[in-house]
Amino acid sequence: MIQMEDGYLYYPGCTLKTKASDYEESSKKVMEALGKPLVEMDNWYCCGAVQSLATDDIMHQIAAVRTMLCAQEQGERELVTLCDMCYNVLKQANKRMKEKPDELETMNEFLDEDPDYEGQVEVHHIFELFRDMKDEIKKLVKKPLDGLNVVTYYGCMLLRPNHVSIDNTEDPMIMEDILELLGANTIVNPKRTECCGSYHTVNRGDIVENRVEEIVARAAEDGADVIALSCPLCQFNLDYHQRVSDHKIPVLYLTELMALSFGMEAGLKKHKINPRGALKDFLE
Amino acid sequence: MADQEEQNMIDIYVMGRRYRVPEGLTIMTALEYAGYKYVRGCGCRGGFCGACSTVYRKEDDYKLKMDLACQTAVEDGMFLVQLPFVPALREAYEIEDVDPGEKDNVLLDLYPEIARCVSCNTCSKACPQDIEVMDYVQAALRGDVERTAKLSFDCLHCGLCSIRCPADIKHYHLAQLARRLKGRYLDLDSSELEKRIKELEEGIYTEEYEEMLKMTIDELKKCYEERKFEEEG
Ligand code: FES
Repeated sequence: MIQMEDGYLYYPGCTLKTKASDYEESSKKVMEALGKPLVEMDNWYCCGAVQSLATDDIMHQIAAVRTMLCAQEQGERELVTLCDMCYNVLKQANKRMKEKPDELETMNEFLDEDPDYEGQVEVHHIFELFRDMKDEIKKLVKKPLDGLNVVTYYGCMLLRPNHVSIDNTEDPMIMEDILELLGANTIVNPKRTECCGSYHTVNRGDIVENRVEEIVARAAEDGADVIALSCPLCQFNLDYHQRVSDHKIPVLYLTELMALSFGMEAGLKKHKINPRGALKDFLE
Repeated sequence: MADQEEQNMIDIYVMGRRYRVPEGLTIMTALEYAGYKYVRGCGCRGGFCGACSTVYRKEDDYKLKMDLACQTAVEDGMFLVQLPFVPALREAYEIEDVDPGEKDNVLLDLYPEIARCVSCNTCSKACPQDIEVMDYVQAALRGDVERTAKLSFDCLHCGLCSIRCPADIKHYHLAQLARRLKGRYLDLDSSELEKRIKELEEGIYTEEYEEMLKMTIDELKKCYEERKFEEEG
């Protein structure tokens, strides 16, 4: 899929540099081990964190296009994101520019101090890279996650809307397939594609608490030791809002589990629910 | 004689009114030539204090331009307005309570509106100092105090960025916070500083200072012009 020789051009996004630094650290280590390091872009811009769907709202596509332009000016065509939200926003904005030449023209006219964006960059989520590196991943597993019961959680941004989904929107298996390589006991749970409540966490915590309770209660019923995901906002919601729940299931980035199975420790620092107990068999 | 004078005169418009002023003046001196007296909107006259923000347009141009009145030459057909003050909100904080090492993002905590940045770059285009304003706001958004402080180092606090921003960001106050945080938490303590403070307290300059107080203006000027710089290093 991606051709960059010595690694992948990487767009971090703001959250990866602050709240979700565990995700960045573990992803970098995993990719390094796989021989395809993530190379951070020379310059990049906040994606905006929400994709504006209004048909006449070009203003809110600028940030994403600027980032594409940075990739283009660095001479790259493939761009990798870790955060689901960034993935979704960049992918949708980029698609819009590719499909609507009139909007691209308006955009380029507005960005008159910069070179034109040619619409050639492709946006990928890190899970898509893993899907193409199954053999390499398998070879690196030194400490299989035997007996660890993992419930996957996709949330919305990797799968919806359909035209930017990284997998089957209703029945995704991309995480389950990776976890299988790591030796974990993967549980397919019907709540895995439901919304966690997203940004309601800012001013309607009650909505998120209800959503999270449903998700973790079902995970507990299915015998989950941990929940695996990739979206920093879902991670925050599922982790933080369990404070009012009877359940206390650690919520991990998939790459933290990958690192563990590769015999490395990465991340595991900023979790509200300490994952060390659940992972003790696999930690040194 | 009259002809030559005529050649060197240009027309400017100050708040809608036309004035004929000599070519080659700065906007600031041109306004004074036209009879205005600055009571606000003027400070150092040397491009350092940022008090003299001015907005203008050229006759045939649809774009609004921004600059420092003391640093920009008047041009024929300029429509000018002076901004005495930008009333942008500045957050209050105790510098001892905002250690960037202890929080995810202190800059975002105090100035949450930076999350509204859409990367339009209007701020950078407004900046008379050619600072990459948008880029330092973006750095702030990801909690990078060091980069925010570095990129904003030349800021004079004229406020033009904030006036133009569609997201109501208070760029220059944010940047000042970043530079203060860098000074307080990121930069190493300097042993030279302590030495210097001790010297000052012991009165190393008292004698010289008292001599200067007795000088006339002309003596002072001469003294300033002949001053020597210590060698670096
Ligand atoms: S008067 Fe100080 S910068 Fe112009």
